[in-house]
Order: sequence, then structure tokens, then C-alpha cells
Amino acid sequence: MSSLILATAHVKGPHIDWAELSPIVVLAVGAIVVLLAGLAGQAQLRRRVIPVLSLVTLAGAVGTEIWRFPHAQTIVAGALRMDDLGLIVDLVCAVSAAAAVLLSLRAEAPREAGHGEFHGLLLFSVMGMAVLISAQDLITLFIGLELLSIPLYVLCASEYRREGSLESGLKYLIIGSVGSATLVYGLAMIYGATGQTGFDQIARVLAGGGANGTLLGDPLLLSGIALVVVGFAFKASVAPFHQWTPDVYEGAPTPITAFMATATKAAALAVFLRFFDVAVISEQTTWAPALATLATATMLIGNVGALGQTSLKRLLGYSGVAQAGYMLSGVVVGTRLGVSSTVFYIVAYLLMNLAAFAVVQHQEAASGDDRIGGLSGLGRRSPALAWSITIAMLALAGVPGTVGFIGKFRLIDALVNGGYGWLAIVLVVGAMISLGYYLRVVAAVWMSPEGVGAATGPTLPGNVAPVAGGSPELDRLPYPEVVAVGVVFAAATIFFGVIPGPLFHFASHAGAALTGLF
Amino acid sequence: MHLAHPSSAPFTLSILIWLPLALALIVNALPARAVGRAAAVASLLPVAVAVTFVVDFNSHFPGLQFVTDQVWIGALGIHYKLGINGLNLALVLLTTVLFTVSLAWSAMREVDRPHTYYFWFGLAESAVLGAFLAQDLMLFVAFFDLMLIPFYFLVGSWGTGERVRATIKMVIYTMVGSFLMLAAAVATGVIASGDHGTALNFTFSALQHLPLSRTDENWIFLAFALAFLVKMPITPFHGWLADAYKSMPIPAVAVFSGVVAKVASYGFLQIVLPLFPHAAHHFQVLMLIIALVSIMWGTAMAFTTGDARLVIAYSSVAQMGFILLGIFSLTPQGGQGALLQMLNHGVVTAASFFVVAALAARAGGSERLEDMGGIAFRAPVLATLFLIVTLANLAMPGSSNFIGEFMILLGTFDSHIAIALIASVAVVGASFYALRLFIRAMHNRVGGRVVSLEISRAEAVAIVPLCLIILALAFFPQFGLSKSEGSMRLSTYAAAQPGGNASPSLPSAQSAELTGWWAYPPLRQLAYSPQKPRRVYTYRTTSTHRTLHS
Repeated sequence: MSSLILATAHVKGPHIDWAELSPIVVLAVGAIVVLLAGLAGQAQLRRRVIPVLSLVTLAGAVGTEIWRFPHAQTIVAGALRMDDLGLIVDLVCAVSAAAAVLLSLRAEAPREAGHGEFHGLLLFSVMGMAVLISAQDLITLFIGLELLSIPLYVLCASEYRREGSLESGLKYLIIGSVGSATLVYGLAMIYGATGQTGFDQIARVLAGGGANGTLLGDPLLLSGIALVVVGFAFKASVAPFHQWTPDVYEGAPTPITAFMATATKAAALAVFLRFFDVAVISEQTTWAPALATLATATMLIGNVGALGQTSLKRLLGYSGVAQAGYMLSGVVVGTRLGVSSTVFYIVAYLLMNLAAFAVVQHQEAASGDDRIGGLSGLGRRSPALAWSITIAMLALAGVPGTVGFIGKFRLIDALVNGGYGWLAIVLVVGAMISLGYYLRVVAAVWMSPEGVGAATGPTLPGNVAPVAGGSPELDRLPYPEVVAVGVVFAAATIFFGVIPGPLFHFASHAGAALTGLF
Repeated sequence: MHLAHPSSAPFTLSILIWLPLALALIVNALPARAVGRAAAVASLLPVAVAVTFVVDFNSHFPGLQFVTDQVWIGALGIHYKLGINGLNLALVLLTTVLFTVSLAWSAMREVDRPHTYYFWFGLAESAVLGAFLAQDLMLFVAFFDLMLIPFYFLVGSWGTGERVRATIKMVIYTMVGSFLMLAAAVATGVIASGDHGTALNFTFSALQHLPLSRTDENWIFLAFALAFLVKMPITPFHGWLADAYKSMPIPAVAVFSGVVAKVASYGFLQIVLPLFPHAAHHFQVLMLIIALVSIMWGTAMAFTTGDARLVIAYSSVAQMGFILLGIFSLTPQGGQGALLQMLNHGVVTAASFFVVAALAARAGGSERLEDMGGIAFRAPVLATLFLIVTLANLAMPGSSNFIGEFMILLGTFDSHIAIALIASVAVVGASFYALRLFIRAMHNRVGGRVVSLEISRAEAVAIVPLCLIILALAFFPQFGLSKSEGSMRLSTYAAAQPGGNASPSLPSAQSAELTGWWAYPPLRQLAYSPQKPRRVYTYRTTSTHRTLHS
């Protein structure tokens, strides 16, 4: 008894600023409530109430994030740092999760896995992302990463009667665990080299040259950084650690794929930004060439890999790999401009991809598979969805008038400015290759194949081609919420492509949040 | 270049740019049957607006007029800056006219999915006008890329034959160039602002005063040149041309070849020569040789192909070669000739494509030369119109094309006489292919499925106005020349100086003293007496100018 008193006397909990922590708290409480609501007896009730509860939770998270913006404070004894970079990427993750909830309203996955579990895990994953993004300490970073990943392993396999889904979950589990193991090993080495776990302390030790002044080029530290790069690269699907991406994306339920493609990638890149541009920024000369090489490989491999795909989800998987390469190049330069351009692209990527995934979801619901060819005639069946995917594809390719163009412009600007002109050229070459597959999708939507109800150019009256007719099951009306997700994000893609000012404002806040940069 | 604002207009350029798109969206609300007619009639509005700008244009002022300048993306120093000078004035008018003609041609026919079809045309017109009027590098790049999207859909959805392959090939070819141009454009702004310690700014006027280092300038020049050469297209980069032109619906190919391709050659004059003068000088011979190859190759292909549409397509390659030759003679005459030739070729090539469509309609739908023949038999009016187009195409003395080619060659003689000599031989080549097309289609033995019919209303609606423009230009070529004189001198001035070192002495400072030069008296005289078509003297005016210059 006396020893217990002694222990409580010595271990003093850190001061916690609950207002600062509110986004994470809201997510945690919401996730638990959703999980409990999943125990409700009536299936009908579960089906109706739980998605609403998840949306409310996410709205609460978004609300608190906006409430704390613009802001920067280190909380919980230096474990987390709530700043503009973190808040913006949190926002991206929450929006992505909300879209996933909407897309899964009438999908197979939540019904099979149980609504409470499905949505609860989703919210826990978002919470993990929030922790990861704000992590200011090696330990918190690892906790956040695991909290993000473990629910996702389960979610990938949530359509457990479908072989592909199970395979996807298992694959992701194995690869993800290897990635986590590599990462934790790297973190341990960095701790060993610097004797610190806090990012700021590590940065201070490195800037001071370490205790005995020989830390620059220290093999232990460098191996640590290398292993951390590998660990992050698994999560962000950076080549050559991307092989799992197309398989897992293809197998996972589409709403989860959409969530993984946007939110996980955003979180992983944010942690790239925070770790490399805060903790080990003074080693930039060492890691920048390595990251530049990875970015180059990622852009080229992703784009070339996507060329031959016939499945939309695989195609988007490879395209996501390539886009991760673009975003990574903003990390390489290690300037505020680089950070803000990466953050801008993360937001742009969210908008473009969610518009595309809404269409994939409809396509799968309507025809049972996600072949690109299945999109044929979508322009007639559902113009709203056809425009959504058209805009999404053109934006991903970087056509002007869309947010993708501005994002690429911003990245090139940062690269040239930071002395990485050659990487800008690689980015541009990647974008050229990417036209080869993005345009194929657009062509499938609007341009029916030869002979099948081919549209004709202007003809003199009396010589009109027959109107193409799809099979009846393809003509089923798309669900309104799916259309809404597609249209809203496609509209945002165009809107921020024409008026990018507000987004720039946000992104430059994020750049300014990392105080060590110039 | 901030002289007093010389002119004002009742509209702003933004209205001109966005009017076509807005009209297309409004027209889209109509029922499918009425869309075409409405779109065609509505497209007269942009023509009218463009005419007001031409009327209000002050030919004595070489700088930008009717300027709209707003900050678009402040963080990146991108301005929404529009303006007209002598270089783009005529091209803007040409754009609106060609689109109206194409829409009228389409409106007389039935189009599948008319709403989308006319929407793409509206977007295309807006984008092309935007590219011509943009005075900010990034804005130009944005419009330049945007221009391609409507044509991607027009070819892919309404084209013929292997249209999907053709359209993807076209887009990839042109995007390869324009993405490189994007990188180069960003680099221009960033490097310029870095070297000179100024804020990021992409407007042409600002960049002109921030010269780059030689090495940067060279690679940036090459990236821009590649983008433009692919788009024009010029021979080694023309791989997409045959498939795309063959697949495009006729109205689309008319505007594509007529004005979209001109954006590229215009880009050389408005952007490359003033912003990268040293590099332009450095690569002058290379570009001249490429132009020469293009002329030769285009002529040879046009003469040997058996497809009427491809004859026109390849003749475009040769003509664009001439235009490139004129631009890279780096003399004001050559540039003037190139500009006039852009105008001429825009009208002639569009008219030719419509004629080809008329021929195909009489030859059982085939565009092969061997299926044609004897079409003139019962169609004297069509034959006459076609003859006008043909003679203009082969640059018959008396046509405006002749003056254009002459000035181009004159300019080239001034700079590189050997290249000019070879090019003048190639002028003859044009008559071979143009006359061959005319004779094979109109005369000769009557083709198997040929039904000789007189020109119908649906065809005349496009061909007749264009022929009238060709005739008008023949009598009044000064339209293209007089207004562009001052701007052309500004554009070629820096690049024409052998050592470069141009920016301090850029004429902006001198324009006050050199009023006589801008005014260019002999041409002005012509310009002010439209009743007296003294076109023959145009040649002398250029030589007068040369003596005046030396």
C-alpha cells in the first residue's frame, strides 16, 4: 500500500490541454460510441444510426480542427504538436473518412463486418492518423502509426466472404508489419545515436553536432534514418516499396480503398514532412539525394505500371504511387515552399481521387467489377458521374483549370526554387506518361468503341447513327450519395483550380508551421 | 512600356474570351434540335466584339492595348493579364470568324449528342482566344493546354476511323511539349526573380526586363520550341498529324488547323523572341533548317498522298514551315510575312477542309483522290470557289499568300541567303500539289461513284464567306500588315541583335523618338487608302524600309 502511494507521488502525469487535444478526443469518444451502438439489437437501427453517428463524429473532428486553426502548440509533455500542418492534414483525413462513410452506406462491407465494427475501426484509424500527424516524438509516432494501420488491416478484409478482400487484408497485414518493424528498428537506432526521442531535442542534438561533435555522418544515425525512410515508404507506397499497393487496393472494399488511397497517403506524407523537415533537417544533405532518388523511381514506376492496367482500382493504385512520388519531391527540397506545395498537393490529391473513387464505387455496385471497359457509355447513363471521373482524370494528369495543374505548378516552383530543377523535369516526364492511362479512362467513358453505337460527326439530315443502348442492369440509377460525393469533389477540383487562393493560404500556413525551415 | 493608354473599347477582353463559353452553356439549355442553329447565330456575338476591338485598335501604338491586369494567384505572382497588340489582333478576329463558320457548317447538319458537341466548341473558342490574348506566361500555358481538351473529345467522340487511338496520340504528342513548356515557364519566372531579386512575376512585360543567363535561356528556349513545333506541327514532330486530321470531324479540323496551330507560331513571336532573344539568335540556323526540312517534306508528302484531306494536312506542314522560316529570319519583314501568312493560311486551310468535305460528299463519301474526278462537270460555282482557294493556297501572285511568302523570303534573304534560295525553290512545289488536287478532283475522268452536284446551302455557308475573306485579303493585305508593324519590330528587335545585349536598348525607351518607324509611312499610306489596292507596292515598301534602316 505504501509503495503504491510512493509510486503515485513520483509519477506525475503530464499536464494535458484538453482544448488542444480536442480533435483526437472527439474521434476517440465517437469511435467508442459507434462501437457500442453496434451492439444495438435491431439491425435496422444499426444500419440507419451508425453511419449518422460516424458522420457526426467526423463533423465534430472537422469542427474542432477548424476551431484550433491557425495555431501551434506543443502539448502532452512534448508528445504531440498541434499546429497548422497537423490540423490541415487531419482535416484531409476526416473528410476522406466522411466520404468513405458515404460511399459505404449501401455497400457490402459494413453489412458483413457489422456496422458498429466497420465504422468504429474507421474512426479509430482516423484517430491514429491524427496522432501520427501531430506526433512530435518517436514513441508517439509509432503509436500513431500502429493505431492507423491495425484497423485498416481489418477493414481491408471486411468483405470476408470475398476471396479478394481476405487476400488484400492478409497481404496488407504482412507487408504493413514488415514496414512497421523496419520503422521501429530505425527509430531505435536514431534514439541510440542521439539519446533523445523528441523531434525538437533530436534536431537540437544534431544541429549541435552531438555530444562529441561527430554525429554528422554517424553510421548508426544514418542507418536509423534509412530504416525510417523504408518504414514510411511502405505506408506512403513509395517505390520500390509499393508492390502491395495495387493488390491491396484492388481487393479491399472500394470505400476503404478510397480512404486508404487518400487519408493514409496524406498522413504518411505529413509524417515524412514532420520527421525529415523537423527532426533530422540538419542532415538534409545526406537524406535529400536518397529521397530524390526514391521520388524519381516512384514517379516513373508508378506511371509506367499504370499503363497496362485494366482494373480501375489497380490503375488508381499505380496512379497513387506516382502521385506519392510527386508529393515526396516537395519533401526533398526541405524548404517552407516545399512543405506548403506538398500540403497543397495532398489536398488536391484528396479532391481528385475521391471524385474518381465515387465513380468506381458506382461502377462496382452496378456491374460487379471495376474494368475500365465497363465505363463505356457512362456519359449517356449518368452524365454527373461521367463528368466527375472525367474531371478527376484530367486533374490527376495535370490539365489546366483543375487543381491538379496548380498543384504540379506549385511543386515545380518549389523544386526549381530549391535547386532541384532536374526533379521537376522528371515530374513533368511522369505527367506525360500518365496521360497514356488517364486519357484511356476518359476515352472509355465518352468514346464508345468502334462500331458500337459510335457517335458520328456532323452528317447531313437523314443519316443519323443509332443511339447506343447499355444492358438493363447497367442502366440502374446510381445512388444519390455516391453521385453527391463524385460531384462535390469534382466541383471542388475545378473550383480550386480556378481560384486556388484560399488553398494556398492554408498550405502556406502549413509551411510556416515548421519553424526550422526558411 | 507604360505609355499613355492609347485607346479604349466598349468591352473588356475578358468578355471576349469568356463569351463563347457562356453562350455555349446558355445554348445548352435549348432542346437538341435547336442547339446547332442557336450556337451558330450566337457565335456572331464574339465576332462582333472582336470587330469592335479591331476598329478601336490604335495602329500607331506598338505596345499592349485594352489591357486587363489583375492578380490571379498572388502567392505565385500569376496575373490574369490580357492585352492586344499588333501580333494577336488579326488572329483574334480570325479565331472568332473561323469558329462561326465551323459552327454554321455544323448547324446545317445533324450531330449526335449536340449539347456536348457545341459545348466543346464553345470551350475551344474560349481557350484559343485566351491563349492569343494572355499576357502572362502561366496564363498562356494554362490556355495552351486547355485548348487541347475540347479537341480530345471532338476527335474521340465525333471523329471517324481509328478515332480513339488518333486522339490519344494527338494529346500525348502535344502534351509532351506543353508539359515541358510548363516546367520551362515556371523556371523562367523563378530563375528570373531569383537572379534579379524581384518578386515572382510571370507577365511578359516584367520578364522582358529580367534577362536570364545564357545557359538557362538555352534550355528554356528548347522546351518552348519543342512545345510549339509539335503543335504547329513542324516535320520531325508531326507524328500525330495524319491520324488526327484524318479522324477529326471537318469543322473541328478547320478550326484546329486554322487557328489552334497558329497559337504555336504566334507563341514564337509573342513569347520566345522577346523573352529569350539570345537563345533565339543562338538557335536561329537550327530552326531555319528545321523549317526548310518541314517545307520540303510537307510539299513532297502533299504531292504524293492519295487522300484529299491529307493533301491539305501536309500542305499545312509546308506552310507552317514557311511561317517558321519567316519568324526565325529574325527580321521585321520576315516576322510580318509570317504573321500575314498565319492569317492567310488560317483562312485558306479552313476553306480547303470544307471543300474537301464537299468533294467527299460528291464522291460517295470517299476522300480518296482516285474516287474523285469530274466533279466540276455540273458544279461550276463549287469549282470556281475551289479554284479561288487553290490559287490562294499555291500563293498565286495577286493573292495575299504571295505577299506573305514574299516577305518571308525577303526577310530570310536578309539573314541567311542560302536557306532563302532553297526555300524559294520550294515555293514552286505548292503549285504542284495544289493544282494536282484541283485537277484530280474537279477534272479528269469522272470517278466511279461521283455525282456532280452544285454547291448546296449547307456547304456554301462555310465556303462562301471564307472565299470572300480570301478575296478581300488579296485586295487588302495591309489589314494584316499595317497594324502589326510596330509590335513586330518590338518582338524581333532583341533577337535580331547579334550579341544580344538587347534589354537595355529595348525600344520601349525609344518609341517616342521613333514614331516614324512605328508608323512605317509607306504602309500607312496604303492602310489609309483602302479604295486603291496598291498591293504591288508592298514589296517596295519593305525594301524602302531597308534603305531607311541602313
